[in-house]
Amino acid sequence: MSQIISSPHTLFSNSVSRMMLLVVLGLIPGFIAYVYFFGWGVIINSIVCVTTALLCEAGIMRLRQRPAWPYLTDFSALVTALLLALALPPILPWWVAMLATMFAIILAKHLYGGLGYNPFNPAMVGYAMLLIAFPKYMTAWLPARHEQLSLSLLDNLRYNILGMLPANTSYDALTQATPLDKLHIQLGLRKTVSQTVTSFHQFSGLFGVGWDWVSLMFLVGGLFLIYKRVIGWHIPLAMLGSLAVISTIAWLVNSAHYPNPLFHLFGGASMLGAFFIATDPVTASTTPRGRLIYGAGIGIITYVIRTWGGYPDGVAFGVLLMNLAAPTIDQYTQPRVFGHDQGKSS
Amino acid sequence: MRKLWHFHGGLKLEGHKAVSMRDPIIPVPIPQLLTIPLQQHIGEPAQPVVKVGERVLTGQVIAQAEGYISAPVHASSSGTVIAIEKRPIAHPSNIHDDCIVIETDGKDEWVPSHEIDQDFIQMEPSELRNRVRDAGIVGLGGAGFPSFIKLNPGKQQVETLILNGAECEPYISCDAMLMQERPREIIDGLLIMRHALHAKQCLIGIEDNKPEAIRALQGALSEQEKSIIEVVTVPTRYPGGGEKQLIKTLTGIEVPSNGLPVHVGVVCHNVGTAVAITRAIHHGEPLISRIVTVTGNAVTHPRNVEARIGTPMQVLLEQAGLDQHKLDRLLMGGPMMGFVVEDMGVPIIKTTNCLLGMTKQDVAHEVHPMPCIRCGECAKVCPAKLLPQQLYWYARSKELDKIENYHLFDCIECGCCNLVCPSHIPLVQYYRYAKTEIWAKDREKQKANLARERHEFHQLRLERKKQEDDARKRKKKEMLEKAAAKDDDKQAAIRAAMERVNAKKTAQQQAASTNKDESA
Repeated sequence: MSQIISSPHTLFSNSVSRMMLLVVLGLIPGFIAYVYFFGWGVIINSIVCVTTALLCEAGIMRLRQRPAWPYLTDFSALVTALLLALALPPILPWWVAMLATMFAIILAKHLYGGLGYNPFNPAMVGYAMLLIAFPKYMTAWLPARHEQLSLSLLDNLRYNILGMLPANTSYDALTQATPLDKLHIQLGLRKTVSQTVTSFHQFSGLFGVGWDWVSLMFLVGGLFLIYKRVIGWHIPLAMLGSLAVISTIAWLVNSAHYPNPLFHLFGGASMLGAFFIATDPVTASTTPRGRLIYGAGIGIITYVIRTWGGYPDGVAFGVLLMNLAAPTIDQYTQPRVFGHDQGKSS
Repeated sequence: MRKLWHFHGGLKLEGHKAVSMRDPIIPVPIPQLLTIPLQQHIGEPAQPVVKVGERVLTGQVIAQAEGYISAPVHASSSGTVIAIEKRPIAHPSNIHDDCIVIETDGKDEWVPSHEIDQDFIQMEPSELRNRVRDAGIVGLGGAGFPSFIKLNPGKQQVETLILNGAECEPYISCDAMLMQERPREIIDGLLIMRHALHAKQCLIGIEDNKPEAIRALQGALSEQEKSIIEVVTVPTRYPGGGEKQLIKTLTGIEVPSNGLPVHVGVVCHNVGTAVAITRAIHHGEPLISRIVTVTGNAVTHPRNVEARIGTPMQVLLEQAGLDQHKLDRLLMGGPMMGFVVEDMGVPIIKTTNCLLGMTKQDVAHEVHPMPCIRCGECAKVCPAKLLPQQLYWYARSKELDKIENYHLFDCIECGCCNLVCPSHIPLVQYYRYAKTEIWAKDREKQKANLARERHEFHQLRLERKKQEDDARKRKKKEMLEKAAAKDDDKQAAIRAAMERVNAKKTAQQQAASTNKDESA
């Protein structure tokens, strides 16, 4: 087919590399905030994930006997690696981060055919695998900056690479649960929301110290992506909207047991998920109405898992479950084609 | 201000029109050889009515329309017919097709003109249609559908008659120049169409990047005409000049998927067609020339010219100063929907609106398509509201049933999806391929059905023949048996005689053999 030159005869106005690089650009504010509040571990994780991802991508392309360079420079592996790194706890053995990345790139992406063919979001597959296989590591975050402890670059490196903790401290003393996790545990112990929030220091600040700024910065980066038309508004709006609506209703019904909606929107991975993860075009729904349903589904599942499920956060499972539903959603949300079924609105 | 509607998708494209609009339209000198294809329109090709060696005059019919959907072809200048044969023509597949070749005599001697004895207002619509048909007029916007058919509304009431002056495709400016230079002829043509169609309202739709054309047409309207004709400025957005898109923008009506505009009370003609109709009805001139934009970065003096149908493209390109070194790709039509012309010797036809000489920098070379990432940018810009990413998926996997369910045949091949695709997938090419496959399959199916019917009929005939034969045999046998029963006595007598003869024979043979033994 390549011999016939077919119209249009113009230059292309966009490219996959450009879109992926803009996503990376959009991640920068959140990345900086994350590093600022949670330290060097974020950078170490990013380096481990990115290196592993690019090596895996190149290796697999070689195995598949295809040129590696165009696929390395589409930057999709880079984006997957960064998203995964931003979902990981900053204090984490290097091999755990590497394992998750290999799982994401090799199994979730290339075993299904590589770029464009994977049904599940690779970063979230890698993350979910760790959550199930290494729950201990995955729920232990460092406390945000300006609290009792903070690790130097050397200390952080020493732990992440060699597994050695600084002197006079233990793993449990060093780490703490995220606000979402803490609340989840405390509510499970029949404490009220206000009791929990007032008695634990990670709830100072707006919606958890550090997490509020990180989420705000992801929001800023996400709005930038919408402005640059890299992503549409449908999925983030539907996901955050449904999360806001359900959490507001629950909060109004019983504010002792259900935290306020802002806590849900700015706590955990809501913003990162809504703008950067759920919007992965390959695994999301592609029709406008389908994207609204898809986004809303993630919001609902996230809330359900956070509130009644066994995991502190539910974004990853929300995304994976809706990935599963995306082809069916697309099938039933086809837009009305020009000149068909007039009178029906769409 | 008239209320305008919005069609889905589309793109804001760089116009590139000003470069070819600096100078007025000039005629192209009549070339030595005119190659006039018999098929320049949608429908059946015309049938030649002249012979090789015959002298023809300008405007003389050289091939007659064949069937209803067809159009006659006229000699574009006077001269001698030197060949009627297959010649290379402008076609997406660079094929050869039947052409009448005229060696011009330079006199450009016209056939005696029909006397225009009558004002068109006194003519019956059918008379107008016949004259439009006899003048060989087809849609000059690019599709080439015989225009007289679109002047025949049948029993439909035509609410709105639209003249399409949108000219949405980049680089092309022939309609814009025509509107600037000959607004009166456009309006006259519109009035003739209005009379033929009994249309209630008349609109001329022009994109807002052509203010001069809008001013010229508005200035040419008389006070009385202003009450029935409205010049409407529409936003510049490709493919806003597509018939269905323009109708939607101006009236809010969507032409049904399998229907024609007239089914919803709308008829839409191109402004160039209007001028051709004016020339035919007011001056008795058939369609023998058209305005062509010769432009592109490989052309030194881009401009609009009026060329006789059948003039080799080379003549136009040389006139406009084509730079052979810069030329990378020559197109007939615009960059979005035009096709590549390999041979510059092929002639201009009725639907040639633009010759576009593109340089290396204008064209995407060495395209390495990446996998589709389902970003949906294509669906966002699709004016038919299709899901191009799904169509691509099914075209690739050759799931032809699925692709039809996703309404492949509503695709107008405008190229918007292709342009915005971040994976650089040649989407339109895939859709053309799938359409051709489906058409081929339908033809195969028809053939197979025919073959099966023939086979079944053949089987039936054999069966019947066998039955008839059996019946005949049975009858014969019965008759023979009856006859045999009658002849039984006779038969017995014969048998007895035969036996006697045989007995005699054996006795003689035995005697003979003993004799032989003895003599030996």
